[in-house]
Amino acid sequence: MTAPRTLFEKIWDRHVIARGADDAALLWVDRHFVHEGSHHAFGKLADRGLAVAQPALTFGVADHYVPTRAGQAPGGAIARMIATLEDNAARHGFALFGVGDPRQGIVHVTGPEQGLTLPGMIVVCGDSHTSGHGALGAFAFGIGATDVAHVLATQTIWQRRPKTMRLTIDGRPTPGVGAKDMALNWIATLGADGARGHAIEYDGSAVRALSVEGRLTLCNLSIEGGARCGMVAPDETTLDWLHGRAYAPQGEHWDRAVAQWRALATDPAAMFDREVALDAGELAPIVTWGTSPEEALPITACLPDPARVKDPARAGTIAASLDYMDLKAGRPIADTPVDQVFIGSCTNARIEDLRVAAAVLAGRRARVPGLVSPGSSRIKLQAEQEGLDRIFTEAGLEWANAGCSMCVGMNGDVVAPGKRCASTTNRNFRGRQGPGARTHLMSPAMVAAAAVTGTLTDCRPLLEGRSV
Amino acid sequence: MAGWSRHEGLAVGLPLAGIDTDQLLPARFMATPRSAGYGRFLLHDLRHDADGAPRPDFPLNDPAATGASILIARRNFGGGSSREGAVYALIDAGFRAVIGPSFGDIFAANAVNNGLLPARVDEATAERLIAAAPLALRVDLAARRLEAMGLSIGFELDDQSREKLINGWDDIDLTLKHGEAIERHAAARRDAAPWLWPAVATETGH
Ligand code: SF4
Repeated sequence: MTAPRTLFEKIWDRHVIARGADDAALLWVDRHFVHEGSHHAFGKLADRGLAVAQPALTFGVADHYVPTRAGQAPGGAIARMIATLEDNAARHGFALFGVGDPRQGIVHVTGPEQGLTLPGMIVVCGDSHTSGHGALGAFAFGIGATDVAHVLATQTIWQRRPKTMRLTIDGRPTPGVGAKDMALNWIATLGADGARGHAIEYDGSAVRALSVEGRLTLCNLSIEGGARCGMVAPDETTLDWLHGRAYAPQGEHWDRAVAQWRALATDPAAMFDREVALDAGELAPIVTWGTSPEEALPITACLPDPARVKDPARAGTIAASLDYMDLKAGRPIADTPVDQVFIGSCTNARIEDLRVAAAVLAGRRARVPGLVSPGSSRIKLQAEQEGLDRIFTEAGLEWANAGCSMCVGMNGDVVAPGKRCASTTNRNFRGRQGPGARTHLMSPAMVAAAAVTGTLTDCRPLLEGRSV
Repeated sequence: MAGWSRHEGLAVGLPLAGIDTDQLLPARFMATPRSAGYGRFLLHDLRHDADGAPRPDFPLNDPAATGASILIARRNFGGGSSREGAVYALIDAGFRAVIGPSFGDIFAANAVNNGLLPARVDEATAERLIAAAPLALRVDLAARRLEAMGLSIGFELDDQSREKLINGWDDIDLTLKHGEAIERHAAARRDAAPWLWPAVATETGH
């Protein structure tokens, strides 16, 4: 009998090749995703004359720099970044979902969607939101360029073993409240570094009830609470979602895989280093008001007042955030006028996200301009087959191509200085969507509601009587 | 990468919490080749006003901080994006160590990979150092101690990171020594789960 283990421990143990100082280990990597931003790592490889060890386990995606608006042609540095990725894919012989490929999309959207991320895997990528892939029951985490080069050269990575944390979310959320609200809520509760050094396993009835799309959103935001990774044990929802995906196992392999995946669940007697429990039943939709994802509030609440905060450092941080965001202490956050909206990013641009935003927008006009960028080319096609694109364009929003787009503004789609954007993305950092831009994070339903009213507003009344 | 075990330098305080990697290196500079140098991008949008002029009240622009090689920050330094360029910006601007109560995990790993020390101290210690900055400070990696203001202060750093910083180890060389074990592991994994090597890797769309 082996001791009871958690999902995380089972995956970790299965991947250890060698042990290092204290709790470090050399781990095998099952899947490595690269994108245009991986250029530093390929440069390091070239400097040392090394080859990619496992091209068949390496997948490239063009997402960070690709133009997403109709008629936009890549130029200058952007074209160079895309061409460099294409050159590296050709030189090293790994598959590339490049511009124009039907599988192209944001790496954390298209990877799972193609069945490239599977339960029990270790998945890495030179991008912090790799944590999202854990929704399928994988240990998935972002790494920097030196580690990307290491994985390219060896298909392994050195990691210190994180502590484990179970985040149990029970309760039945009201319609209009979902995975994004659960995530922003726990980050606001524990802080942007509240889960630092921990591997989170999400569990509880509210998590089990989420679709894989919702779980991808929840796990994606794990990094915003400082966690090493977030994961959900595979269940029937996972298996149904994965079955038949392009790179998922088939036939006899599928049956063997499923047997292995079922055994991954945390043993009932396993212990976590830390347990946190939250109730989703009491949640209102959450919006961020400041410049860190932890600076988030229910839409029904009032802004904090630094004058009422005892700790001077904390008061100073709140005052600086309010100042950057041009908001008044103590006032209700609802009814704050916005200049524009953005629906997109690896956090919230999957088909369900587009459907719920369309449910709010159907038959209505947006009072402010906005961009809708689906998470992948496949989702774009599906949304068009469902007629969602017409709902967005008839509301006055721009329907764009798939890519990171205005989440990070690397492709030139930025929010102008001083402008306020309601956004389905994951970071409200200063200047994240462009120098001087003011970002409020929220769910797709909430962004759609902000578009309809031109202000930060509770999406729930706007969803009444509408099926999602 | 050259290893180091002692460093003596000028420490500058950055009394801000949650300095994320988007602040350390704004995204628009990320396409720059490393050879062009990243130092001038460090904290660019906090250091400069909208017209690109240096903000005189920003600590790093203080003439007394010229030549600083140690940065003292508040909690959650380097959270956010995995961009290693954030570390390049610090290194290329002359920094060897960042001292603070907590660091983003990925940032800390990137820092160590590039010879930059992320030294953890408690919040009260960070505040004391910030209040006294700019100040002369000595770092002893082997002993995991800082010396400043006549005090000797312990800092936290895991063993693996300390070894890497002191020896200037390159992980790839270390790992390739495990070549046989890696091959054995890969073969066993492929036996147990052949679907992890997708047969359709060269597919061109459907
Ligand atoms: S959508 Fe945004 S957060 Fe996601 S990978 Fe792209 S830039 Fe990063």
